[in-house]
This record gives sequence, C-alpha cells and structure tokens, in this order.
Amino acid sequence: MTRLAAEGLSAGYGQTPILRDLTLKVPTGAITAIVGANACGKSTLLRCMSRLLRPSAGRVVLDGRPVQGIPTRALARELGMLPQSPIAPDGITVADLVSHGRHPHQGPLSRWTAADDAAVATALEATRIVDLADRDVDQLSGGQRQRVWIAMALAQETDVLLLDEPTTFLDIAHQVEILDLLVDLNQSRGTTIVMVLHDLNLAARYADHLIAVRAGRVHAAGHPDTVLTEDTVRQVFGVACRILPDPTSGRPMMLPLGRHRTTADPSHRKDAP
Amino acid sequence: MMAAGAPRAAVVALRRRRRGRVATLAGVGAMLALACVLSVSLGTRSVGWADIGAGLLGRTDTMAQAVVAVRVPRTLLACLAGAALGLAGAVMQGITRNPLADPGILGVNAGAAMAVVIGIAWFGMATLSAFIWTAILGAGAAACFVYVIGSLGPGGATPLKMALAGAATTIATSSFTVAILLPRNDIAGGVRSWQVGGVGGAAFDAMLPCLPVLAAGLVLCLMSARGLNLLAMGDDAAAGLGAGIARTRALAALGAVLLCGATTAICGPIGFVGLVVPHLCRLLVGVDHRWLLPFSALTGAILLILSDVAGRIVARPSEMDVGIVTAFLGAPVFIWIVRRRRVRDL
Repeated sequence: MTRLAAEGLSAGYGQTPILRDLTLKVPTGAITAIVGANACGKSTLLRCMSRLLRPSAGRVVLDGRPVQGIPTRALARELGMLPQSPIAPDGITVADLVSHGRHPHQGPLSRWTAADDAAVATALEATRIVDLADRDVDQLSGGQRQRVWIAMALAQETDVLLLDEPTTFLDIAHQVEILDLLVDLNQSRGTTIVMVLHDLNLAARYADHLIAVRAGRVHAAGHPDTVLTEDTVRQVFGVACRILPDPTSGRPMMLPLGRHRTTADPSHRKDAP
Repeated sequence: MMAAGAPRAAVVALRRRRRGRVATLAGVGAMLALACVLSVSLGTRSVGWADIGAGLLGRTDTMAQAVVAVRVPRTLLACLAGAALGLAGAVMQGITRNPLADPGILGVNAGAAMAVVIGIAWFGMATLSAFIWTAILGAGAAACFVYVIGSLGPGGATPLKMALAGAATTIATSSFTVAILLPRNDIAGGVRSWQVGGVGGAAFDAMLPCLPVLAAGLVLCLMSARGLNLLAMGDDAAAGLGAGIARTRALAALGAVLLCGATTAICGPIGFVGLVVPHLCRLLVGVDHRWLLPFSALTGAILLILSDVAGRIVARPSEMDVGIVTAFLGAPVFIWIVRRRRVRDL
C-alpha cells in the first residue's frame, strides 16, 4: 500500500540536474530511511516530495493526486516537512514555536480552539518538553531544540512526516533519542516517516525500508537486510566494508574498510611499545 | 495518554502568555491617550485643561484655544504617521527576516520623497492625491531596487547588505533630490522643510485623502501577521506549514509600501520609527506578529507624538522637526541592534 510515490522525477537547481528519472514508492505506515553519498540528491528528493522544489520532469503523487495540484494548506495537513536547518525566530518561546504547527488547520479568520491547544499539549508531552514550554528556544541545547522542531511537526498532525537529517549535529545519545521518538510516533499514530540519515547503522536499525540513492537515481530499495550489502555500500558510497549482524537487533551492521588498520593490529596487544 | 485528567501544563502556559499580552495592550493604549493629551497641552505655549476642552469643541476665541485647534490635527497626524511607520517597520523586518529593516534605512521613504520632488519640480504636480500616489510609486520602486541590489552576490539578501543597499539608495536619491531643487528657488523652501520630516503643518483636509490608503495598508499588513510568523522560520519550514511564501511577501510588502508612501506624502521622510518600535515591542510581547503588528502601530504612534512634543519643547521658542528628533532617538538603537546580534546573523 502506497500513499506517497515519485514517478520519473527529474529535478535540479539551475542548469545542474540532481535527480534523474527517479521512481520510488514510500510504504505507508512504515519508517523509510534515505541514504546515499553527499550530493547524491537525497535532500533534493525530500524537497521535491514536500513540494519545496518543483521537478523539471515527472511528478510526486500523494493518494493518486500530483502534489503540485494540491492547495498548499491542504497538503500541509497531510504531509509535514522538517527541513535540515529551520530558523528559530529570536526570542520565541517553545510553546509559541510548537503552536505554529497548527497553522494548516486554521482558516484565515478562524480562532485558536481547544483542539489546537490539545494538539500542542500532546506534542509537547510526546517529545517530553512540557517543562520547557515557557523557555526561549535559543537558550536550549541542540538536542532539546531538535525535539522542539519535531514537536512542531507533531502538532501539525500529518499522516506523513518527512525529515531532512533530523539527527545531524547531535551527539550519539540525542541521535538515539530522536530516532526512538520517531519510532514511538510511528507505532502510536501509524505516521509514515521518511527521513534522510547519514549514519548507515542507525538507518538499518531504525528503518523498516531503506532507499539507497546514487547519482540522482534509486540504486536499491527494500528491507535493510537486502539493501545494506557489501556490494551496495561499495557502489553507492565508493567504500569497501564488512557487513555483520547487529548483535542486538539482528539487522545488518556496516564496518567501513579504509586503507589502514584493516587487519588484526599487532599493536593492539597491551604489551606493545 | 500520559496526561489523562492531569492539568496540562502546556495549555496553562499558553493561556498565561495570552493574558499577559492583553494587560500590556491596555497599558500601551493608556500611554497613547496620555501622549495625545501631552501633545495637545504642551508646546511653545502651554495651555490649561479648560482651553483644551473648549478647543476640542472647535472654539477659537482665545489664543490658547486657537493653539489647541492647531495642535489637535497635528497630534492626529503624528498618531497616524507613527502608527503607519511602526507597523511598516515591523512588517519589513518580518518580510526580510532582517532586524535592521526600516522604511528609512531601506531607502523606501527617500524613494517616495524623490518621486514627489520630481513630480513637483518637473510635472508641476500640486494636488495632494497626486502626491500620495507618486509617493507610493516611488516607495515601491525604491523597495524593489534595494531588494534586488541587496540580494546580489553570494549569500543572498543578508541583513547588512540590505542595510548598505538601503543607505546607498537613500544617499543617492537624496543627492538627486537636492540636485533637482538647487536651481529651483521657487519651490525649494517649501520642499526642504517637508524633506526633513515633520507633522507641524497638519490640517484635517490634507489628511483625508490619505486615510483610505492607510486603511488599505493597515488591512494588508495585519492580514499577513500569520504568514510573517511562518516566514520567520525560514522559507522551507514556512512552505512545509502551508504558507504561500511569495504571496505573503508580496501582499505584506504592498501594505508596507502603501503605509510608507502615504505617510511620506504628507509628513516627508521620517526615519527610525520603524526600526526602533518593533524591537521595543518584541521585548514587550514577544515575536508573534499577530500581537507584534498592532503593538508596533500603537507604540509607533506614541513614539512619534512624544518626539513631536519633545521637538517643540527643546528648541523653544522655535521648534525642531520630528524627523530630526527620531533620528536622534533611532541612531543609538541602530548601533545597539548591530552590536547585540550574533555575527552570523549579519
């Protein structure tokens, strides 16, 4: 079952093509991670799917309708998008920022309702930032701030949520926390999640569906077990690697191999000079 | 869920904030009323309560009552112009995500002034409605010009580049205006005092044609409040929340240009009100434009009325034009903003 799909998508900035005739289907109600080398078109793909960028050819389809034809506000009730580096206005409080998520649900003249309050409160609770509601966003740590942005996307109450590198610039504890939060959201509300991730091992562990993008095309897509192979990693990232089963989740785990330190290291012994 | 039955702390926080803003609104309203009273009673000649009452009823029997009859339209004009400039400044800061945006700094008022002077000097323009539309045209042209110049080069329309483009445009248009006026002794005197920016020559019938334009600008600006809230988070995030980016910017900019053009047509270019007021209001009510915009209008009115009163008092028995007073107030604020901001924002 697929609600969101890209069909023959080509797009780019100016004269430089980035996506070339890309076709993919996003499984509904699942977590999809998009991986790929730098500048392979991951973010461009996400921007096209959320209609931030108009494709030069092909189309993105939501429930059988091309997204270009859906009114902006109506689309924002179905599909949320958290860009890579949103700006927190100077001096805005957490509660006010999260409240912005209600925008697509409000008419031009309609008043703020109890339902809006409830949605904001639920989002604050789910991301565990109720205590921060009155704080200024610019005073928060990176991990807290990212939870605030996700809370805003939750308050939007969309069935589909796209996130562009939601864990970038976070330490490992906060990365895991954000990904756990997205799994909670996926399990409790059935939200379809599509995210661009850099860390292959976290992508393989947290995603139900992995899409590897190479040079503007889908190179491989499917369950992480089938996508994250030594061949795929070499072709997509240009790096040799070993794939081992993750001892906790059983998902594939990737160990990159560079030019050095690829054999058992004699200096590893404690008595080495 | 987690909070079944429990008081939802988040909801409480949201409501508390709204109540605080309503109280502040009442306070600012009271300040405006006080400023109006001061403006009518203070000046080169101070008048008492009895004369104010009589003057408001239109009697001009005594000298003091006649003074009141002159000061009432003057106060009203300062109120309208201040509100328009404060609102326009807040909107321009929102559209450009630029803390230094102001109708004066971005050259919009200077563009309006140049258009009016060209109209007078070259086309013999004499009617007020012609002034207004010419000023709006000039304001719009200057706004577009500064935006294009400020967007050139790497990094796009950064705040500092916009401010520089605006300052350069202001100097260029002002020089051009002077060049037009120099050989024209017949009109130079009247235009020059208007060019400084003042509300001294106010009359009700001169304000009347401006009212519909100001009203249209006000409506357009207030309608953009929510859109400006979203724009503040960056274009991508705003679009993701369902904002029409280009439409919001265009409508809000049109509203601000109408306000600046109409104000400049009657008062001349008055700078810095639009810069100072939104920053002050952000400290009072936060960054939500649905509150910030009305507050900026009210506070702008207060600031311009008080500046006008100050201009009458400091230079007794003569008067100082309000445009000079606001420049004295605004320049230090400009420096404070630039120093306070993190470097990456500029």
